[in-house]
Amino acid sequence: MKPRVLVVDDDTALAEMLGIVLRSEGFEPAFVADGARAIAAYRELRPDLILLDLMLPGMNGIDVCRAIRAESGVPIVMLTAKADTVDVVLGLESGADDYMVKPFKPKELVARIRTRLRRIEPEEAEELQIGGLAIDVPGHKVSRDDELIALTPLEFDLLVALARKPRQVFTRELLLEQVWGYRHAADTRLVNVHVQRLRSKIENDPERPEIVLTVRGVGYKAGPP
Amino acid sequence: MAYYIGAAGAEFTLFRQRILRRWRQSLQLRIVALTAGITLAVIAIVGYILITQITTSLISVKQRAAIARSTQGVQYLQQQLQLVSGTPGGNINAALSASTQYLSQVASAAGIFRVITVQRDGLDNNPRVISVNSLQIDVIPTDLQRVIGNGKQAIAYATVPLDGSTQTVLIVGSKVPSVQGDFELYYIYPLKNEQDAVASVQQTTTLSGLALVVLIAGVGLLVSRLVVLPVRQAAQTAAQLAGGDLEQRMQIRGEDDLARLATSFNDMAASLSSQIVRLEELSKVQQRFTSDVSHELRTPLTTVRMAAEMLHDYREDFPEVPRRSAELLYIELDRFESLLKDLLEISRHDAGGLDLEAEPTDMVGLVKKVVDAHQAVAREHGVRLSFAALNGPLNVELNGRRIERVLRNLVSNAVEHGQGAPVEVTLAANDTAVAVTVRDHGVGINQAAAEHLFDRFWRADPARVRKLGGSGLGMAISLKDVRLHNGWLQVWGRPGAGANFRITLPLGGPENRLTTSPLNLIPRSETGGWLGGHPAGRSRLVARADAPEDSDGQL
Repeated sequence: MKPRVLVVDDDTALAEMLGIVLRSEGFEPAFVADGARAIAAYRELRPDLILLDLMLPGMNGIDVCRAIRAESGVPIVMLTAKADTVDVVLGLESGADDYMVKPFKPKELVARIRTRLRRIEPEEAEELQIGGLAIDVPGHKVSRDDELIALTPLEFDLLVALARKPRQVFTRELLLEQVWGYRHAADTRLVNVHVQRLRSKIENDPERPEIVLTVRGVGYKAGPP
Repeated sequence: MAYYIGAAGAEFTLFRQRILRRWRQSLQLRIVALTAGITLAVIAIVGYILITQITTSLISVKQRAAIARSTQGVQYLQQQLQLVSGTPGGNINAALSASTQYLSQVASAAGIFRVITVQRDGLDNNPRVISVNSLQIDVIPTDLQRVIGNGKQAIAYATVPLDGSTQTVLIVGSKVPSVQGDFELYYIYPLKNEQDAVASVQQTTTLSGLALVVLIAGVGLLVSRLVVLPVRQAAQTAAQLAGGDLEQRMQIRGEDDLARLATSFNDMAASLSSQIVRLEELSKVQQRFTSDVSHELRTPLTTVRMAAEMLHDYREDFPEVPRRSAELLYIELDRFESLLKDLLEISRHDAGGLDLEAEPTDMVGLVKKVVDAHQAVAREHGVRLSFAALNGPLNVELNGRRIERVLRNLVSNAVEHGQGAPVEVTLAANDTAVAVTVRDHGVGINQAAAEHLFDRFWRADPARVRKLGGSGLGMAISLKDVRLHNGWLQVWGRPGAGANFRITLPLGGPENRLTTSPLNLIPRSETGGWLGGHPAGRSRLVARADAPEDSDGQL
């Protein structure tokens, strides 16, 4: 079955062009032009990924993103015309997994969508332990003291990447490559924001993290098991 | 002991400095001190004149009366002596005693007095004194005795023992010639009353003078407060305004000069703050405009871009003309996009309010990454691109994205203009700064280039074919990026000798000021050339002798 992508964009020409590109790459696109109708469309269609424009009539992209994130971990890639930090960080903090600054190359967009949809299921059971957390990799479950913690697929990938090599220090660039699928270095703010989001869910005290540690000037590493 | 004196001296100096500072700083103190000082001087002069006048007139009245009295006394004594000599068996001594007694009792306008009559035999220096209260000759100064002896009437002031105390007295002496021989008649007037009167006047004058000084100093204090307080308020308000509190205003009371000062001050403050608000709004409008243009342009550009890419992907299926068109569309869109990106970037800089977003970054790694990324292009141009770090890993507070962009710009420019000659990238640091130089041995730069290299859309050679693309804004953006870090971006160059670009960034973040750069801007072997960039007043020709050590960065 073709992966379904919901395109939320009010610019009809861009939406149509996105549709052409997505179809030619083997996706099944659906369209909604109004922010206010995006959530209803999501509930109805249950797409595998959402391409969300930040500036929308009705309800802006950030609010749409927040609303969808509140009920689902579905991958959301934001399309933004603003590369300014405030906009990007605001978008990421509202729950978007990744963002594309217009004008982007179609191949790059497709590559990012593929990364977000990629689910390489390990053959055998893999269980990781880190800082009191139990991670069931094939089951996509994270729990502390038998209590499940809800993570988005991206946050889960990020945590697994760190937990698999507990001694290694990951630079932001390396994480971008492994988790986001960037070929060459991109915006490291992406990593910062998602690490903050991840910490807020898994750390006892996000101000003093024990699981995802910052290595100043370099990047991040996993804390002791 | 010497130390103690020294310490005391130092203490005194300190005290004096404190007083002097207070004097310089307080207008009020100066006004009060000056008014009081001038008043004191005037009162001292007036008082002195007043007291002198009163004393003189008191004394002269006394003196006139005393002389008149004395002259009458002489006449009376002469008559008495004549009578005695005309009377056979007359006792001259009895007559003298009686006369003296009589003269002592006659009232005088000159106040109370004493009388001494002295009989002197020609050769006998031992005078015989006739007086009422057993006054002795020693109350009369010998100078006066001598003058009287020579036959004159004279007066003298003296301080003599009288009635058991020492008193200042006026003495009028006269010679009384007679057939019995020469006598001397002295009137002695104690000046106690006059002295009391003068002392009383002095006291009154001093007291009222002091009261006047205090009064005028008080008035001075009051008046100066009236003036100084609004001035102080103005100073305080101005300081608060300067500190950024644009709402601060002065209080206006009445309609006098100070009220006008306050009004003008407030007008100035209002105009200033409205200007600032206007500029801030302008900046905001500019930022919003940039952001809007960005959004409005980027959305259709995205569509065009995707469409062009689609066409480009299928170009092999097209006939010749549409195929080439699709290729050109695709290639030129890249240029269009980078130009748009640069335009938006520089207008963001222009709008101000950019956050640096610095984080500790390994400068050596950053430079190495940029150099490595350009090796392929360098090989294409036949340029040997090398990197030498004179320091090990170096964490610098900077925005990696911006500094990397600057380095990319410099290295690609050096490769492009290197004419196949080697390009050397060097990094060095000292305690306060890190510097990177990018040296090429290509066409070099002339005066115009040094002056305009960092200007927007300036091209070294209008006929030059730009192989590496670029919008013409790269250098201008680079300079802005470096200045955002509070750093320097400078260039040295000479036609035919290549160019040397130098970035200097402060270690420990942009709040530190640069004073020196660890690397020379003018290469060691060079003797002249042109300088440009920031900081530099104007680009200019330098000779090596002019700038033996240019690493202080002051071009």
